[in-house]
Amino acid sequence: MSRIGSSSANSTARISHRGAFFSIGSRPRLTAQSRGLLLCALPALAFYLFVVLVPTVQGALLAFTNWNGLAKAYSFVGIDNLVKALSQPASLRAVINTIVVAVTFTVIQNIIGLAVAMGVNSRIKSRNILKVLIFAPAVMTPVVVGYLWQYMLAPDGPVNAALRGLGLGSYARAWLGEPGLALGSIIVVLIWQFAGYSMVIYLAGLQGIPEELIEAAAMDGADSFRRFRSIVLPLLAPAVTINLMLSMIGGLKVFDQVWVLTGGGPGGSTDTLSTLMFRDAFTYGKFGNATALGLVLLVLVALISVVQYRASLVRRRKA
Amino acid sequence: MKTYTWRTGILEFFMVFVGVVFAFPLYVLVNISIRQANDPSPAVALTTQPTFHNYVDAWGQAGLGQAMLNSLFVTATSILLIVLIGALTAYVIVRVSSRLSTFLFWLFLCGLLLPFQIAMLPLYFTVRDLGLLGNLWSLVIFYVGGQLPFALFLYAGFMRALPMDYEEAAWIDGATVLRGFWRVVFPLLRAITGTVIILSAITIWNDLLTPLLYLSGTTNTTLPVAIMGFVDQFVSNWPLIFAGLVIAVSPILAAFFVLQRSVIRGFSSGLKG
Repeated sequence: MSRIGSSSANSTARISHRGAFFSIGSRPRLTAQSRGLLLCALPALAFYLFVVLVPTVQGALLAFTNWNGLAKAYSFVGIDNLVKALSQPASLRAVINTIVVAVTFTVIQNIIGLAVAMGVNSRIKSRNILKVLIFAPAVMTPVVVGYLWQYMLAPDGPVNAALRGLGLGSYARAWLGEPGLALGSIIVVLIWQFAGYSMVIYLAGLQGIPEELIEAAAMDGADSFRRFRSIVLPLLAPAVTINLMLSMIGGLKVFDQVWVLTGGGPGGSTDTLSTLMFRDAFTYGKFGNATALGLVLLVLVALISVVQYRASLVRRRKA
Repeated sequence: MKTYTWRTGILEFFMVFVGVVFAFPLYVLVNISIRQANDPSPAVALTTQPTFHNYVDAWGQAGLGQAMLNSLFVTATSILLIVLIGALTAYVIVRVSSRLSTFLFWLFLCGLLLPFQIAMLPLYFTVRDLGLLGNLWSLVIFYVGGQLPFALFLYAGFMRALPMDYEEAAWIDGATVLRGFWRVVFPLLRAITGTVIILSAITIWNDLLTPLLYLSGTTNTTLPVAIMGFVDQFVSNWPLIFAGLVIAVSPILAAFFVLQRSVIRGFSSGLKG
């Protein structure tokens, strides 16, 4: 993320400017003359403040008050909401579910995404159609995906029918109806939908690796595992980072698919921070709980971002 | 690896199997949507007596037409604003070098990470107090504000690598800075504008949470909310429901199949960095 903001990229424009035949001063024209041009950023800033920054700060602050959504007056209550929220089994389970979904989804999706990308990045004849086919779910409306899979995973649905057809009838289950299975089923649906997204990012990375490099290693006697581990994987590092970040944050925020597939049920066993927050706020009017859950989500996402940022700094220092 | 060996053949076989597993739900979706209500054959079996009645009924009874127009309006208007405002803002932030512009860039960048759930509650009450609940424009405002950081980030990355020679030539010829941007720089951004349009369109068209919040309870909904209402109404009449789902998802899938190269390029390179 930060590479684009780095100074080396910044200087290209300036150098080319100085080198231009007709430039008179030594400083870029826009700096000297037109700081007022930044006024053009005002509309963007207005939208951004109104929709993102102000309500986010408000939301974070409200988590420390006894605001109830109706009364105009409210007072500071410290971390009461947070303590209350996290001492309730329902909220605690939502926190744990969110982390479980994010981590499992990230790990499995990236393994599958990378494996499929390597399979497609070969001489096979069906590579183009496979790429399109496997990526297609990623652009589909999550609500549609949710209902489609509700049918697929129903007790008498196609998944169980397929299991029975394969003689594995004893493994047929109410995939979304059993508390112990529903969360796992949701993760499977998420992976089905977004594995193609990981795949195309890995594919772009793989296509950037010069084939001579791999051939040279092969000639030096490196077997295919060794080539993967010592050449392909290190060169894929940027793709890995961006993929981990995208799926982790996507997993932490997930709402649509859970809402449609189970609505958080059965018995709250699939609630995530987003779904519980939505229900707490707009069904039960428990605003203290809702804002506290929002704060937890904010902290989790911020943590991931910091870890990711530090990892990319370390990598750049090594490079 | 230059030739098609027997190992490539095995890989091909395996990958086609993976492709079939991925495509299986899509097959079921279409297969059930053309099935007659009294057809007793199992879900997986190919529908032998297809009917398009479900589509006619779904279209007529679900009010999907209106919802689709609403989605189209919200998506198109938001994207127009995102592209215009995003490109211009990125331009001034990149080209004016001052501490303020650096600060603005980082400020906007924060928006890429903040989960909007925390902003959801305060924003809902602000929108309510402004009397904008149930109004499609509230969605447009929301999407413009929410997607701008992303558009800005893409545009800024692209512009930093763009030499200033073209604009300078325009300035020498007497163009103002804004005119130079609009007539010279903006056309050079075509590729990245395409990426911004595609990625924002998919996000906005598919979004459920925001319209659920701002539009539910009104007749003025976008497609994802309309689908939820439709499914609630025809519980477990799956052929009818699936016809509705196919109708709902076909514009975006059709766009994807037509523009697949650009879409995949956008997704794979858009967030690189």
